[in-house]
Amino acid sequence: MTTLLKVRGLEASYGDLTVLRRLDFDLLEGGATTLLGANGAGKTTTLRALTGMTRRSGEIVFDGTSITRMSTEQIVRLKVAHVPEGRGTLTAFSVEENLKLGAITRPSGREIAADMERVYGHFPVLKARRRQQAGTLSGGEQQMLAIGRALMLRPRLMLLDEPSFGLAPAIVAGLLEMLDRVRREDGVSLLIVEQNVELALGIADHACVLETGRIVKAGTSEAIRADADVRRAYLGY
Amino acid sequence: MELFLQQALSGVATGGIYALMALALVMIFQAIRHLNFAQGEMAMFSTFIAWQLLAWGLPYWLAFVLAVALSFLGGALIGRLVFLPIRNAPVLSHIAVFVALLLIFNSLAGFIWDFSIKPFPSPFGTAPLFGGLIGAHQAGMLLVILVVVAFLFWFLRFTRIGLALRAAAANPESARLVGIKVDRMMALGWGMASAIGAVAGIMIAPVVFLEPNMMLSILLYGFAGAVLGGLSSPGGAVLGGFIVGVAENLAGTYVPVVGHELKLPIALFLIVAVLVVRPEGLFGRGTVERV
Repeated sequence: MTTLLKVRGLEASYGDLTVLRRLDFDLLEGGATTLLGANGAGKTTTLRALTGMTRRSGEIVFDGTSITRMSTEQIVRLKVAHVPEGRGTLTAFSVEENLKLGAITRPSGREIAADMERVYGHFPVLKARRRQQAGTLSGGEQQMLAIGRALMLRPRLMLLDEPSFGLAPAIVAGLLEMLDRVRREDGVSLLIVEQNVELALGIADHACVLETGRIVKAGTSEAIRADADVRRAYLGY
Repeated sequence: MELFLQQALSGVATGGIYALMALALVMIFQAIRHLNFAQGEMAMFSTFIAWQLLAWGLPYWLAFVLAVALSFLGGALIGRLVFLPIRNAPVLSHIAVFVALLLIFNSLAGFIWDFSIKPFPSPFGTAPLFGGLIGAHQAGMLLVILVVVAFLFWFLRFTRIGLALRAAAANPESARLVGIKVDRMMALGWGMASAIGAVAGIMIAPVVFLEPNMMLSILLYGFAGAVLGGLSSPGGAVLGGFIVGVAENLAGTYVPVVGHELKLPIALFLIVAVLVVRPEGLFGRGTVERV
C-alpha cells in the first residue's frame, strides 16, 4: 500500500499554548488509522491542523502535494472530507441542501444525484427526512447526515472526529460498519479520532496514541491492543 | 374608494423601493451580521453614475445595466478590501467604517456632481394608467422591482452558487469544510447588495430627484422594512418594505396629524416597536433546533 498522507514535525498552538509537539505519522491509501488519547491530548487539534482550521507548522503531504500552506477550502478540494466535532451541520438548511453542499465543489451533473441516492441507500432515514430542517434531526441522524455530506465529496480521505459522541451503541455500530464498507468498496482512507478505544481498534488497522500533544505509541491495532500500558490506561484491564 | 386605491397603489410602488433597500441591507447583514448604514449613499452614488452615463449620451437601458454592473463591482471591492480585513473587529469599528463610507460617498458625490438638485429621466414616462390609478413610472418601477426580487429568489433558492452563498453566511466554518470559498461569497453578497441598491436609486430618482442626500429617508424606510420583515429573511424584508410603503402612504393620507411632515417618524416608530415587541421580525425564522 502507498502512503496517502505523510505528516512530519506537525506543531499547532493556540496563542502561547502549544498543543501539538512535532507529530510524525503516515496514513496508508485505503487504510484506517485511529488517534487515541485522553481529553486534551490533541486529537481534535490534529484533525483541525490537517485541514487548515488551526494555525500549524511542520510538513503535511497529501498524495505527493504539500498542503501545509493551503487553506481549508483548497484542502477540501483535494478530496479530504472532515467531519468535525459537533458535526458541522447547517441546522437551518434542509437535509437535502446539506447533502448538496457536500458536493458543492464538484461539477454539477448526474453523478451528484446518483451519489445522493447512494447516501440515501446507506441511510434510508435521511431520505424520509430529506425536506426537513437538519437541526430537527436526532443526534444519530445528524451524524449520519454529516457522514453522508462528507461522502458527497467523493473523498479520498475522511477525517472523523468522535463519530460515536452522544450516540446509542447500536447506532454507532451501524455507522462504523458503514464506514468500513466505504473503505473497502471505494478505497476511502479513514482517520478516526475516538474516545471509545474498543470501537476504534475494531475498525482501524493502525493506531496512534497521543499524550499531551505527542505520539507516545504507534503500530498496528493488534499491537496497540496487546500493549500493557494502553490496556491499563484506556481499556481498563 | 378611488383615493384609497390610488394611495395604496402608490404606496406599493414606493414600498417596492423600500423593499429593495431592505433586501440589500439583509444581504449584507447575513454576510457580516451588521447593518450597512452606508447602503443609501452607495445607492445614491450608483444613481449618479447612471446619470453621468446618460449625460454622456448612452441609451437609458445601457446606462442602467452599466451602472448596476459597476455598482456590483464596487460593492464587491468594498466588501473585499474594507470589510474582510475587519471581519473580527467589534461592532463599534464596523459602525465607524459605515459612517466613514457614508460621509465619503456623500461628499464625493457633492464634489464630483455638486449638491444641486437634478432631474432624472424615467424610461416609462409619466402618463396616468388605469384611469389615473397609477402613474406609468410607478407601474414600470414596480415591474422592475418584481423582476429583481424574482431573480434573487430564484438565484438564492435554486442555484448552487446561491446555496453556497447562503451556507457561507449561515456558518462560515462549515461552509469552508465543504470547500466553499467564503471570502469570495462575502464579496459576492456585497456586490449583489450594492447592485440591488443601484436599481432602487435609479428607479426612485425620477420621483425624489437626484442629489447627494436623496436616499437618506429612503434608507430609513428600508431599515424599517428590514426590521419589520426580519433581518434573517430576505423574503420577509421584501414584504416588510412593501408594508412600510403602504402604511406610510395611507397614514399620510388618512391620519390628519401625520400629513406629510410626520411620515418619517412613523418609520422610526415602527423600528422601535418591532424591536421591542418582536425582535426577530414578522417573518424572521426562529430556527428549530434540538437541544
